[in-house]
Amino acid sequence: MSSALTAEGLGKRYGRRRWALTDCTLEVPSGHVVGLVGPNGSGKTTLLNLAVGLLSPTTGTISVLGRNPGDGPAQLARVGFVAQDTPTYVHLSVADHLGLGTHLNPGWDAQWAKNRIDETGIDTTQKAGQLSGGQRAQLALTLALAKRPELLLLDEPAAGLDPLARREFLQTLMVAVVDNGVSVVLSSHLVADLERVCDYLIVLAAAHVELAGEVEHLLATHRRLVGPRRDPKNLPSDWRVIDARHTDRQTTLLVRTDTPIHDPAWAVEDVDLEDLVLAYMSQTSHAERNRRASLRMQP
Amino acid sequence: MTWLAWRQLRTSAIATFGALLALAVVLALTGPDLVHLYDTTVKPCPSIGDCSGAVAAFGKKYNFLQQLLTIVMQVTPALLGVFWGAPLIARELETGTYRLAWTQSVTRTRWLATKLALTGLATAALAGLLSLAVTWWYAPLDKAGTNRFDGSVFGERGITPIGYALFAFAVGALLGLIIRRTLPAMATTLVAFIAVRLVFSQLIRPHLLAPVRATFTLGATVNGYASSNGGPTNLTAGNPSDASLQNAWIYSARIVDASGHALTPQATASACPQLANVGLQTPLPPAGSAGNVHAVPAPGGGQALQQCAAKLSTSYHTVLTYQPANRYWTFQTLETAIFAALAITLGGAAFWYLHKRLS
Repeated sequence: MSSALTAEGLGKRYGRRRWALTDCTLEVPSGHVVGLVGPNGSGKTTLLNLAVGLLSPTTGTISVLGRNPGDGPAQLARVGFVAQDTPTYVHLSVADHLGLGTHLNPGWDAQWAKNRIDETGIDTTQKAGQLSGGQRAQLALTLALAKRPELLLLDEPAAGLDPLARREFLQTLMVAVVDNGVSVVLSSHLVADLERVCDYLIVLAAAHVELAGEVEHLLATHRRLVGPRRDPKNLPSDWRVIDARHTDRQTTLLVRTDTPIHDPAWAVEDVDLEDLVLAYMSQTSHAERNRRASLRMQP
Repeated sequence: MTWLAWRQLRTSAIATFGALLALAVVLALTGPDLVHLYDTTVKPCPSIGDCSGAVAAFGKKYNFLQQLLTIVMQVTPALLGVFWGAPLIARELETGTYRLAWTQSVTRTRWLATKLALTGLATAALAGLLSLAVTWWYAPLDKAGTNRFDGSVFGERGITPIGYALFAFAVGALLGLIIRRTLPAMATTLVAFIAVRLVFSQLIRPHLLAPVRATFTLGATVNGYASSNGGPTNLTAGNPSDASLQNAWIYSARIVDASGHALTPQATASACPQLANVGLQTPLPPAGSAGNVHAVPAPGGGQALQQCAAKLSTSYHTVLTYQPANRYWTFQTLETAIFAALAITLGGAAFWYLHKRLS
């Protein structure tokens, strides 16, 4: 299967010192709905802006659908983008936005766009500045999909929406994905949203890729284990401990392992996506805290 | 892309060109009356007498409209820079809509090129049409008594407003791109435009072409005995009533001897002691100003002045430094071309900045 997005040693620095993304290497196969998750400021927006060509990398390379992002009109036409906060021209009407799409995209599907807007019940004579957050997100999604992209990138599209609008938005997204067969990369810090729509997960934290893989595979290889208190040093070598909590008598682990766990001392539980994401994110925040603490101790 | 650029400009373009049309209607209604007044009062005045009175009376016609047009011509280029130039890119960067525009199937180079070209064209057209209407309306008044080289008038007629407007627009667009916020970009555009305009008209325009020098007799040029800028009292010279100097841009009129030394107050006092009795006269406007300096003999001292000039003219003469009136369109073209070239350079810088710094 061809790859939707490939990054190697990708890094982006703003100004002289602030690295928003460092040494990011990943390969996202096409045909997936990819959830890009991470705490605020972890580099999600930077990665997506690099992928769509709004930014250019400081280090490393990124290729999208096999080509440089934003490399000429043909490449721009292959990638749809819904930017954070779904920007629209406040003084232009909804119909003007559809006109903008018609005139700026050779592959524009005007009929489909018109139908989509009619379905959402948005009045096309309304100025974009008067739309509700949910309506604006729907308009932005329509603009991004009606150009018939091969890859759709969405940057926190549902962040500002109330739960109902969020659900409607994700529903229309999923319908469109099925109808158009488009690959999707969707960033969010709302794991519950991702759980409903994504089949591939990338966890970014502190400007690094912490985890990337198909959701099914990730859920199959991660286990929560509860058992009598143990020294973490005495665990099997093929276990990767993501999270460990100890009480006086009991140890709770979240481990990654490809082999089945037969040791009867452990009670083995499945994990869900939220457990997984939180474990990886808190792992980084622990590491980050330790790193800062050690920096502080240096003279 | 033209569609979007036009759609974004449309509302303000229609309003602005509407205002221009309204002004043009007012000018079209009053202009013929000015022509008629000129033909009936100023043109026949040599045969009637009192020409300066007729000219002065004619110059006061439509005084309100004249003042309004002066203001409009001075501020229009600046306003175009502030309201069409500065927000052109700054607003997209500020509100984030550039992320929508740059991710359609159009490169950002074409996006910028189309926006600059379309709005720039509208700017040039507006300034050009405005200046055309105003220059036409003012023609009889200018013919009667205005030196078109005059400091402010020069920039309010002909083609220079097009150059200024294009320049102001380009300054606004580039500053908006660099500053990325609309209001600060508007403010700095205004300051930058005014600064360049002032520096150009004060320091650069006089040096665009080497001035002509001509010598005249003292009798034809001496127009007073006065102290200028608190200096010692001396003979002053103006431009002679010579047809070749009509509407010329006079830089200076200096009284010098054969070897080029200026006439000293001591030399004047020893040669013409009778002038001391005439007393201090009001200093005339300095000869460097572009306006016509009318030779007005000092009251009560006219005869003494003429005698003195005759006495000194054996060894002294007046050197006039000036730009002949027929260079007017050369100056207009040069200044417009320079401002337009500056605008194009700034536009080029905008493309460079867009690629080097905004990614």
